[in-house]
Amino acid sequence: MPDYTGPLPVPTPETRPFWEAAHRHELHLQRCRTCGRHHFYPRGACPHCLSADLEWQRVSGRGTLHTFTVVHRGARNYPLPSPYVLAVIELAEGPRLMSNLIGVEADPARIRIGMPVEVVFDDVTPEIALPRFRPAGPPR
Amino acid sequence: MSADQRRMRGRVAIVGAAEADEHGKLPHKSAFQLHAEAARNALADAGLHKDDVDAVFSAGLWMGSETAEYLGIRPRYVDGTQIGGCSFIAHVQHAMAAIAAGVCEVALITHGESGASRIGMPGTRFGADSFRLQFEVPFGLAGPPTGYALAAARHMHEFGTTNEQLAEVAVATRKWAILNPRAIMREPLTIDEVLASRMISWPLRLLDCCLVTDAGGAVVVTSAERARDCRAKPVYVLGTGEASTHVMVSQMPDFARWDAARLAGERAFAMAGVTHADIDVAEFYDAFTIVPIMGLEALGFCAPGEGGPFVAGQRTAPGGAFPMNTNGGGLSYTHSGMYGMFTLVEAVRQLRGECGPRQVPHARIALCHGLGGMFSAAATLIAGTEVP
Repeated sequence: MPDYTGPLPVPTPETRPFWEAAHRHELHLQRCRTCGRHHFYPRGACPHCLSADLEWQRVSGRGTLHTFTVVHRGARNYPLPSPYVLAVIELAEGPRLMSNLIGVEADPARIRIGMPVEVVFDDVTPEIALPRFRPAGPPR
Repeated sequence: MSADQRRMRGRVAIVGAAEADEHGKLPHKSAFQLHAEAARNALADAGLHKDDVDAVFSAGLWMGSETAEYLGIRPRYVDGTQIGGCSFIAHVQHAMAAIAAGVCEVALITHGESGASRIGMPGTRFGADSFRLQFEVPFGLAGPPTGYALAAARHMHEFGTTNEQLAEVAVATRKWAILNPRAIMREPLTIDEVLASRMISWPLRLLDCCLVTDAGGAVVVTSAERARDCRAKPVYVLGTGEASTHVMVSQMPDFARWDAARLAGERAFAMAGVTHADIDVAEFYDAFTIVPIMGLEALGFCAPGEGGPFVAGQRTAPGGAFPMNTNGGGLSYTHSGMYGMFTLVEAVRQLRGECGPRQVPHARIALCHGLGGMFSAAATLIAGTEVP
């Protein structure tokens, strides 16, 4: 773990609650109290209605694979061995986020857009846990 | 679409267009030298002197004023709008607005980028605490191919687009490059060779990706009245449009549809008052083979999802029904990093009839369509030899 060479997020005041929750292995999103919608990435203004009346909510961590690529030529020193799966996940609550699909061979023939996925947290350093996703069963 | 923008049709013209003296791998030249060479050549093309220039446009933080300083110009209008590789096409629209408002008269739009050698490059990196470095880069977003692959995969999933259809774009574009003595890649290319090239980020292979070069280009825009006194035949700006929907690829509203292009294209066609059938030659930004396919759909040359079948059968190649990327494109001619400038230079040359063996016969109306960021922004220009 101390040898992690990959790029790490540097939280700012508006994103820190997300990363602190991830550190506890919980996925949290902002929800707007004015229009009721969730959004991602974290920010100080609702991108749907510009309201500043926002709250943090723990969410299910379940969603679907919206799109993906199998990266054969990754960034230098990137710690996931190539090829790896870079994915865009559509969360059950609506917002999409970039992550990785793990727990499945990095072969497009074995990966299906639309497949259900669930979050797993990867403690890459003592301070930072990255939310990655693995195939999940059908919604419970 | 406001009536005001329609009134702008034909009010300004491109009167000078040129590249830097050389391009390719140029470790002996800085990015600003490429700006300067292109500016000098474009002004000579227009028959204008640098002291005629009263507005400078270049893409990036401080870039308008830094370029002006380097060139010894003290402009009264400066624009550093940076929305990616289509910025220079957007600059034409900005210049049009400024000239029509009487704020300036002669606009110099320059581009220079040491994309391969990285000599004297202005800072372009996102900060360590930026949203991109917090929410994309830690997961292995490894530059443009990985981002574009996310859209290509979704396009294939929704519409059944194939790698063979992507390869059609690379092969057709190479055929144009073979006709352009300045193009970098001039060896004949087959669809099988594209499909056999090494995988970069599935579904994109090496030959689906553009070149990385050192290059520069510039155009000069002025009022239609002033254009009549310039050296070259004016190329009139008939329609312009720009749009921006996101910056980070994870925020792309619809991975299978290029919304910014649809919006920019609608605005440009509405202003120009021409139809798709009126376009004689098209220059589409082709950072990756998927980009012109999604651009053709977004601009309405075909329906959503039909871009793959549209480019099949070498339709965009020399002699095909839809001449596209006649300089050899970013895939085979040159790609410095912000290729949009070269769509403008080639469109001007096609409309002037200067293109020799790659000349599209009787080209009177051209379309340039640029890409910014990760399908983030788009800018469209429709230009013609006369104002219809």
